Amino acid sequence: MRDMLPADMALFRHVEGVFRDCCLKWGYREVKTPTVEYMHLFTSTGTLTPGMLGKVYSFLDWDGWSGERVVLRPDCTIPVARLYIESSQGRSSPAKLFYVTNVFAFEETGRESRERWQCGAEFLGGRAPGTDAELVALALEVARLLGLYGAEVRLSHVGVLRALLRQLALTEEEESEVLDRVLDGNVEALSRLSSQKSELGGALSLLLGQSGGSRGSLKNLRSLCGAGMKELARELDDFVALVDVLEAVGCPYRVDMGSARGFEYYTGATFQFMCRGRRIGAGGRYDALVPMMGGGDVSACGFALYLDCLMPLLQAGVGQVPSWKGIYITLAGDPASLKAAFGVARVLREAGFVADVDLSGGGKTGWDWRLDVQPSSFTLKNSKGESFSVASVAELLRLLEAR
Amino acid sequence: MRRLRLALPKGRLLRPTRVLLEKAGLGLDGYTEGSRQYRLESQRIPGLCAKVFQERDIPVQVAIGNYDMGICGRQWVEELLVRYPLSGLVLVRDLGYARGRVVAAVAGSSGFKSVRDLAHDNGTLRIVSEYPNLAESLALGLRIRRFKVFPVWGAAEAYPPENSEVAVLWRDSERNTFFPGIVPLKVVLEGGACLVANRESWERLDMGEVLGLLCQAIGPGGEEVVSTMPEPPVQTSCTVAPSKSGDECVWLALPDGHQQAHVVRFLSRTGVAVEGYSGRESGRCPSISLPGVRVKVVRPQDMPQQVASGNFDLAVTGQDWLTDHLCRFPSSPVEEVLDLGFGRVRLVAAVNGDMGVESVSQLKQWGRNRSALRIASEYVNLADRFGREHHLAPYRVVPTWGATEAFLPEDADLLIENTETGRTLAEHNLKVIDTLAVSTACLIGNRHALASPARRKKLLAVADAFRKGLG
Repeated sequence: MRDMLPADMALFRHVEGVFRDCCLKWGYREVKTPTVEYMHLFTSTGTLTPGMLGKVYSFLDWDGWSGERVVLRPDCTIPVARLYIESSQGRSSPAKLFYVTNVFAFEETGRESRERWQCGAEFLGGRAPGTDAELVALALEVARLLGLYGAEVRLSHVGVLRALLRQLALTEEEESEVLDRVLDGNVEALSRLSSQKSELGGALSLLLGQSGGSRGSLKNLRSLCGAGMKELARELDDFVALVDVLEAVGCPYRVDMGSARGFEYYTGATFQFMCRGRRIGAGGRYDALVPMMGGGDVSACGFALYLDCLMPLLQAGVGQVPSWKGIYITLAGDPASLKAAFGVARVLREAGFVADVDLSGGGKTGWDWRLDVQPSSFTLKNSKGESFSVASVAELLRLLEAR
Repeated sequence: MRRLRLALPKGRLLRPTRVLLEKAGLGLDGYTEGSRQYRLESQRIPGLCAKVFQERDIPVQVAIGNYDMGICGRQWVEELLVRYPLSGLVLVRDLGYARGRVVAAVAGSSGFKSVRDLAHDNGTLRIVSEYPNLAESLALGLRIRRFKVFPVWGAAEAYPPENSEVAVLWRDSERNTFFPGIVPLKVVLEGGACLVANRESWERLDMGEVLGLLCQAIGPGGEEVVSTMPEPPVQTSCTVAPSKSGDECVWLALPDGHQQAHVVRFLSRTGVAVEGYSGRESGRCPSISLPGVRVKVVRPQDMPQQVASGNFDLAVTGQDWLTDHLCRFPSSPVEEVLDLGFGRVRLVAAVNGDMGVESVSQLKQWGRNRSALRIASEYVNLADRFGREHHLAPYRVVPTWGATEAFLPEDADLLIENTETGRTLAEHNLKVIDTLAVSTACLIGNRHALASPARRKKLLAVADAFRKGLG
């Protein structure tokens, strides 16, 4: 558990504000889903790993005698998909939605927080590759506006990985085990199996290796796909199409097949957003989720940026955090000074300044501007030690705005 | 020197564990069947002491550090670890006896042939189990789309197929056959009695002498060196023939355990015959002479939830368990239909007689300088309400599975317990400081079923038949 102190909240609201403004300008609309959801919402799609579901905070509701359990939301994409299905009433029209919300996971070590915050966007009803590219561009735009200039996206493709697995003719159990490992970020098992069993051998090892792949290597791999590899060829086409669009719009990317970690509901391209070696967000295409939830044939894609990862980066001086200039108002102890201080504070606030009246007499430090209020005069000082006598509120405003 | 505390099991593991400890020569005299002695001091190893608990309580008591070592069934260890893998419990070794399996089972007539059938089922699967954490983990692992886990105190084998689709239950290896009428689909875990230790104690204390003696007694491979206690007679199978109008019948739950004899006597006064509910013929699915009524025998503790959820229409249980259920779920659709008058007990709050506390207000004073008052009870919801309503904060409820009187004074400060004569409390130097309620056996029913025009008449007919047994 963790408190957010005033400085943390200022940073939190800054990131949230940048994200919200950006999403609204790109035509996304904000939604909020309940913190408590029914557990079966998350089990019914069969898309969260048993390991993840085992870390869900679940408990009995008021009607717990029925055996029904509720959970603290472990993920936000599934609730947003539910919201979309329930609110669209069968019309299934495209929807661009975003949220700033908390998610919860069992945390026994006491070192991690049980509650994490995400800024997420979901495009329901949008087709690849344009939608995928828009979401990648949107996430990178948010990073740019936060001043995180080194941010980049690492791309993988669950469809390609699944098709590769099917090429290897594993048993259902083996296939599921290897995919689980890949989704946990470990592609070595797949790489080893591929080089042994697939006719694509070495080319696959290159794709799955540390060096990742490029647009060229993806296209070359595609050209190796023979007649018996239609599924792999189709998925590679989908992947190449996304890479083409990203190159066309100038989005920096890297192909890293091992970056496909996360939720099993992804079906196509997956994105992992990185900055200074840290994972700041992730997303991907999940075309099967809405159909599985009974919402019809609606493809979808989304991402989430992790506030708990972004905030330490910004605190560490990576990126830009606006400083909020405030005016600290001190006053003599008489009622006339108090009246004058309240009056000038009101005018300053209306003009868009932060005006903090010192009522405790404690003498705050660290101010940008300090205004000493007498019943009939003001003295304005700045943190550099300069002092200005001001005769009226209008003159004060002119002086502040000029500076 | 720090004492070494050992938690030993009551019940099915007592006899083979006693044989093992005797062979090891730990000198824990008094650990015998029928003994009411809960606290033991080793006559051989200075500083070694032991306390006797219900087997199920032992992993928690060891994990939280009240005891350094314990002996219990592997299934209870896994039941804790599957939910809390980082708890302070270390599985030291298998002791080689009382082996068995936890299995997921279904009724042979259910149509489920494999676990894959469970995963692909489109309905909501009801899973009953004494091991709710293992059951939930299994359901998640199998990716069952929609399921409800009903924790039960026992008799899980009685539920399928009518009152649940799946039962996750324990079966001793010594049994040659599985429960009649139901078939195992998957082995969830295998194991037997095992030695566990508290993680911190394991790292800091020298347990070498005790471990050495135990290992010597077990032998190198953990092979069976002691025999398990004789099994009680196998419960006869559920022989209820599938009813053509199964949805129309009234499901009645009758209790097993110590209430059973009272219920048999009561039923004999009503003139209602229940075949297969007493003596050696006792089974989980007796037949009753009331037309359109089908009976199963389950634990009285589980009945309020089973009736509330509609798995049963009527049940004979105690008002104590009904009240405990309603404390947790005030809007639950279960209600008392008839007070049956027998099985009268008092629900009391008791403390250790040496504590010098005579009343709840004195208890509050006593607890003022302590970190948290520990309330041990089988009635966790009643205990919670007692703590809340008497403003005992901060307090902590310690759930127990019986033999709660053993918890005071070392492992709890207050006990919420039922007592018939007060003798057990007195024997353990416990002092009653408050009476919460008086409880008798009662017939409970589902409010929705009782309000249903189609079912009300049938349910009230059972109540009318039972009314004849009232004195």
